[in-house]
Amino acid sequence: MKMNRREALRSLGALTASVTVAPYLGANEVKGFPQGTVLDEEFVPTPSHTGGLQVLNNDAHRRTLAAVFDRFIPADELGPSATQAGCIEFLDAQLAGPWGEGATMYRDTPLQPHAEELTQLPQFIATPRERYETGLEALNKWVSDNEDAEFADLAPERQDEILTGMEQGDIDLGQGVHTKAFFEMMLLSVREGYFSDPIYGGNRDMAGWKMIGFPGARYDYRLYADRTGEKLDLIPVSLIPQD
Amino acid sequence: MASKRPKADVVIVGLGWSGALMAEELTRAGLNVVAIDRGAWQDTSTHTPPAVNPDELRWSSRKELLSPPKDNTMTFRNRLDQVAVPQRDYGILELGKGVGGAGFHWAGMAWRFNPWDFEVRTRTIERYGIERAEDGELQLQDWGVTYDELEPFYDRFERIAGISGTAGNINGEIKPGGNPYEGPRTREYPTPELKTLRMMEIFNDATRKMGHTPFTIPAANLSEPWVNPLGVAMGACSYCGFCLAYGCGNYSKSSPQACIFPALMRRPNFSVITEGCVIRVNKAEDGQTVTGVTYIDKGGREVEQPADIVCLTAFMVDNTRIMLNSEISEPYNPNTQEGVVGRNFSFQTISGAHMWFEDEQINPFVGAGALGSQIDDYNGDNFDHSDLDFIGGAGILTLSRDGLPIARAESLPEGTPRWGSDFKKAYAKYYQNYGILFNQGSSMPTRTGYLDLDPNYKDKFGVPLLRLTYDYAQNDRNMAAYTMDRAVEIAEQMGASHITPFNFAAEPFTTAKIASDHVIGGVPMGADPATSAVNPWLQSWDAHNLFVVGASAFPNNAGYNPTGTVGALAIRTARAIHERYVQNPGPLVES
Repeated sequence: MKMNRREALRSLGALTASVTVAPYLGANEVKGFPQGTVLDEEFVPTPSHTGGLQVLNNDAHRRTLAAVFDRFIPADELGPSATQAGCIEFLDAQLAGPWGEGATMYRDTPLQPHAEELTQLPQFIATPRERYETGLEALNKWVSDNEDAEFADLAPERQDEILTGMEQGDIDLGQGVHTKAFFEMMLLSVREGYFSDPIYGGNRDMAGWKMIGFPGARYDYRLYADRTGEKLDLIPVSLIPQD
Repeated sequence: MASKRPKADVVIVGLGWSGALMAEELTRAGLNVVAIDRGAWQDTSTHTPPAVNPDELRWSSRKELLSPPKDNTMTFRNRLDQVAVPQRDYGILELGKGVGGAGFHWAGMAWRFNPWDFEVRTRTIERYGIERAEDGELQLQDWGVTYDELEPFYDRFERIAGISGTAGNINGEIKPGGNPYEGPRTREYPTPELKTLRMMEIFNDATRKMGHTPFTIPAANLSEPWVNPLGVAMGACSYCGFCLAYGCGNYSKSSPQACIFPALMRRPNFSVITEGCVIRVNKAEDGQTVTGVTYIDKGGREVEQPADIVCLTAFMVDNTRIMLNSEISEPYNPNTQEGVVGRNFSFQTISGAHMWFEDEQINPFVGAGALGSQIDDYNGDNFDHSDLDFIGGAGILTLSRDGLPIARAESLPEGTPRWGSDFKKAYAKYYQNYGILFNQGSSMPTRTGYLDLDPNYKDKFGVPLLRLTYDYAQNDRNMAAYTMDRAVEIAEQMGASHITPFNFAAEPFTTAKIASDHVIGGVPMGADPATSAVNPWLQSWDAHNLFVVGASAFPNNAGYNPTGTVGALAIRTARAIHERYVQNPGPLVES
């Protein structure tokens, strides 16, 4: 039976073009079940850098960014502020890594002028690292043109007015910066820093998770799944030891 | 000059669900099979064990298991007169990055399509008249295969994957607890349905009061351990909730890795070439067959893999692009409606309602990717459309999953500040009080919804990107608006204090907003070679030793997730190849 099938296929195979080329054995051919049991290097999480800032080295930029972050997530009875929870260190590590480099983006030109209209979301060729650089530069320039003090030294109420203006499209920072998109990027970064695993430098003491009651990197809720509607008060755990 | 590998009986392009299921069938039948996958090898213990898996930033936010747009994207436009633009960041394309494809990171909703979905054109004409099937915009066509013909292969897929659920219809007998609208199945699911969590309880109570029939969504997150027909053992789901965009550390989410590779990889007549990107199928001089495929290997070299049979089993965008690049069949022309490759792109038409409660304890971190309740009372043709301005419908479902804190921070009642102390207060409360009604709606093909090669943008190998031209059909817009209103009624019955309806089809279609990632069509199947690229056995009409398998073959999309149907079609085609085609290579049906 098997032979018949193979024979039939061979007759079909005679149609193959008979160009002579070098035989090739691919280096990436996997034959047999791979026997390795070691965790693949690329899949081990990369902890945040602990040797000082790598990207956010411009003091004027970082000072503004820290003030913005702490208006997004201020310190209050529900927990620490964004910077107290490590969101600057978190973002710095992210900007230094593949995300900051736009490593996954399709960046071929041209960027069509009607791209945003079509996709209904802003489109960029610039990397997140470049967008933070130009965005913070433009925000500082806008503040120096319109205010009597640096952003970080303005009253919280005025800081909130400026941020609301950026969020709602009432303030255009100019300098080629897509202001609303820059605002959204900063807001998403602060949420990522406040609510991601502490291994990445933010969410110190799992403060973000404790605020909402998220138990973190747990992997088995079978003991709790039947207790529907009950407050479970589970102590969160992280990918890295906390004690 | 291209290098050339030894000839295989069968080459499989893309080792996801389709490729793995076919390779399993074909190697068991004694054929020598080589699979080529664009991704690297990945598996449970060596890549996504529990020690690295529960990490929202890495897998949900950065999407590290997905093929990046840098390597794989497309351009898109709504209308023929627009210049298409590339999707530069992650959007609706959620292709797998490694071996296993999207089958490695999928959530696990494991549906069968409804019998109606395979015969939309015929049944619409029968019940409502031809003017409803031919409204000047829709381009309906039957699949050339019926639900009943596909049933044994759905069954086989469910056994291999160990699907958890409760049958609603066994051999025509309606069973309590299941979906009463499903097509008749021959037996119960392999494993029982998953647990009913809090949001599902609220939904089930409310919809029952309204006279609907809620049921638990069939899941590839297994409620119990299972040993499948290949002898592969799976574990029970631990309700960790890290499924969609994640691997599974428990061997409890069905995937090629968890269900097939342990058997397949041990067979001496199988091997897989990883990190090889197939760019074309090579045509034979006879004009009726193909000789194999050409791929670009990890080092950037062109390599030829000759084979007697070629099976394209990649994601639908890749199947379509390879077909267009290979110039095997006529590309679709939206102006004349002639040509077959690229036609019948469809999506999924999504509406629904966000809901917030005041004193619930949802515990949204307990969950599973496919865990939820659904009603099918407004899906497919389960309700009378005589007085409605559309055909089709949506499964209205609620989910017990997605309690991940970065993404969930955006799910606050309308008018809540998105930042500041008031944001923190609101989030601390509503994290435990949010739910969704998600209408997973059907999507009907249109004359101008199609795929071709982009004239302006290329990929890293210099191959043109795929270009999508698509917007929602008016039919589907009407359907989404109608089912959105039904969702709001359910949300009110559930006792939500805040309800925000949503309808993606109220705006033009875009690849950037992830309404769904269920894209289908491009190499549609059918009984008529004038309107289909592959016959009902997924065999190319123009090259009889070429089979194009996957959601690329769907002529229209149903109000369900596609994977179950992808699996059933793949097994059916593989059986046809080793039971019929190899004995007598040629067209399996007359054109």
